[in-house]
Amino acid sequence: MEAKKHKKKGPIVEVLQRLGRNKTAMVGLAIVIMLIVAAVTSPFFYDYDEVIIKQNIPERLQHPSKTYIFGTDDLGRQIFPRIIYGARVSLSVGFSAVAIAFIVGGFLGAVGGYYGGVIDNVIMRFMDIFLAIPGTLFAITIAAALGSNIRNLIIALAISSVPGFARIIRSSVITVRDVEYIEAARAIGAKDSRIVLNHVIPNALAPVIVHTTLNVASIILTIAGLSFLGLGVAPPTPEWGAMLSAGRTYIVGHSYMTAFPGFAIMITILALNLLGDGLRDALDPRLK
Amino acid sequence: MWKYILKRLLYLIPVLFGVTLLVYIIMSVAPGDPAKAILGDQATPEAIAQLREELGLDDPIIVQYLRYAKGLLKGDLGTSYKSKGPVITEIAARIPTTLKLTFSAIIIAVIVAIPLGVVAAIKQNTLFDGLSMFIALLGISMPIFWLGILLLIQFAQKLGWFPSSGAESWKSFVLPGIALGFHSMASIARTTRSSMLEVIRQDYIRTARSKGMPYNQVVTQHALPNALIPTITVVGLQIGALMAGSVLTESVFSLPGIGRLIIFSIQGRDIPVVLGCILVFTIVFSIVNLLVDLLYAYVDPRIKAQYS
Repeated sequence: MEAKKHKKKGPIVEVLQRLGRNKTAMVGLAIVIMLIVAAVTSPFFYDYDEVIIKQNIPERLQHPSKTYIFGTDDLGRQIFPRIIYGARVSLSVGFSAVAIAFIVGGFLGAVGGYYGGVIDNVIMRFMDIFLAIPGTLFAITIAAALGSNIRNLIIALAISSVPGFARIIRSSVITVRDVEYIEAARAIGAKDSRIVLNHVIPNALAPVIVHTTLNVASIILTIAGLSFLGLGVAPPTPEWGAMLSAGRTYIVGHSYMTAFPGFAIMITILALNLLGDGLRDALDPRLK
Repeated sequence: MWKYILKRLLYLIPVLFGVTLLVYIIMSVAPGDPAKAILGDQATPEAIAQLREELGLDDPIIVQYLRYAKGLLKGDLGTSYKSKGPVITEIAARIPTTLKLTFSAIIIAVIVAIPLGVVAAIKQNTLFDGLSMFIALLGISMPIFWLGILLLIQFAQKLGWFPSSGAESWKSFVLPGIALGFHSMASIARTTRSSMLEVIRQDYIRTARSKGMPYNQVVTQHALPNALIPTITVVGLQIGALMAGSVLTESVFSLPGIGRLIIFSIQGRDIPVVLGCILVFTIVFSIVNLLVDLLYAYVDPRIKAQYS
């Protein structure tokens, strides 16, 4: 009975407790949760056709007021609902791209790292080609070549993020590949796929979680940049970078048109970075 | 050491061919006909067919690529579909602008970031530390183009201190350099601070202190050289980010650099120019990575020992 009292807490609980003590990470987490809630619920509050994209020229370029919290843009659309809807656009594109990159890159990295030899060599030399082009530049090239729509944007961002995931998962897999409990699992006849999924990947998760969080941040920044250049999400879809770009013409006298989308991007990236940093600290056992 | 450098440079050759093949395929399968893009919507089908014939666009992609690769082996980057001039001259005309831009960005970033990171670490948990890390977080989160627009409005249009477009004098690169460098500055400052924090807790620092060495000297002679190793990697990584960021910065400040050329060329389906730009970026990126690895060995004798 006595021994049970002093039972070691599970590793996940421990990580979460450490994360909970980190105030800035909690601020980041709170903002991320708020953004996700906004992204998921925005269609219930605002009608897409009536509020988000319908032009209302008589009410154009209204400064922020009680009626229009964030003011209205050059086409008379309210900026506040568009910012809220923008979270939906950025987060859904960002998360989809990262999910695809994680699955593809994770698979390639895990296979290469686990088997080593020729398979690993072929995969990694192939990844070297992708890694030789600066990531964001590659995303810009693919997005611009394919033409601007959301599906192409997700493809472009996913492709450019695959090598990063492949590399990080590969190196984690290599470090745990030859440890004793893996050997033990192999000795009792566990299949390769089972070993990789049940033993190798869970132990490689820490760096991957941190990389994923920070990758979502950099992808959202890229989405905004691409849309700013007119290569990402096409108008009238409310995307922060595109909104900022549209506000450029009216910046003198109507700076709120660029300021609110700018802050929206900044707060999102800031929150994801705070959370990512907090996760890194919480997952790094050296700081225990 | 030389053997290692040679090996890395030789390995670059197949990688570059891989990169061009990859981009060639992406550009070729993407919708949009280069001939149509050049001649415009008013062009007759006959004219388009003739131009496609001239440019060799009717051949299978692999034949087209092999023709390009053959030229590449001889150092020929091909001719622009649009201007009909050699790609190399188009790029060469724009390289100085992009180089000046990235160079001023990295200089501004390093000059601000390293002292900021070092002092923040020495004065850990003070107001200065908090403030500088807050600035660093802002730098990481602020989109380049937004910062660029704000700088442009304030310092070029309102105060008139700097030109708002063009690349005539050094003044033209101050604002773009700050806009582009701010993000890198933030990353470098954060890395410097955290590696400095790790280093100043080491035994050899305590030893140096206990033999009576002044604190400033301990920091500059013992702590800094060791703390800078991770910083060098981050600076190297930033070069890639800066090249991508130059596309946005050049667009905001209307600078005639490679970043804008690549966007125009992709939209105009000018495949040889796109490939040329990507090649330039990739070569610079790869060489910077190699230099970073070499610098690593230079700074850290432990790594140097592995090469020989």
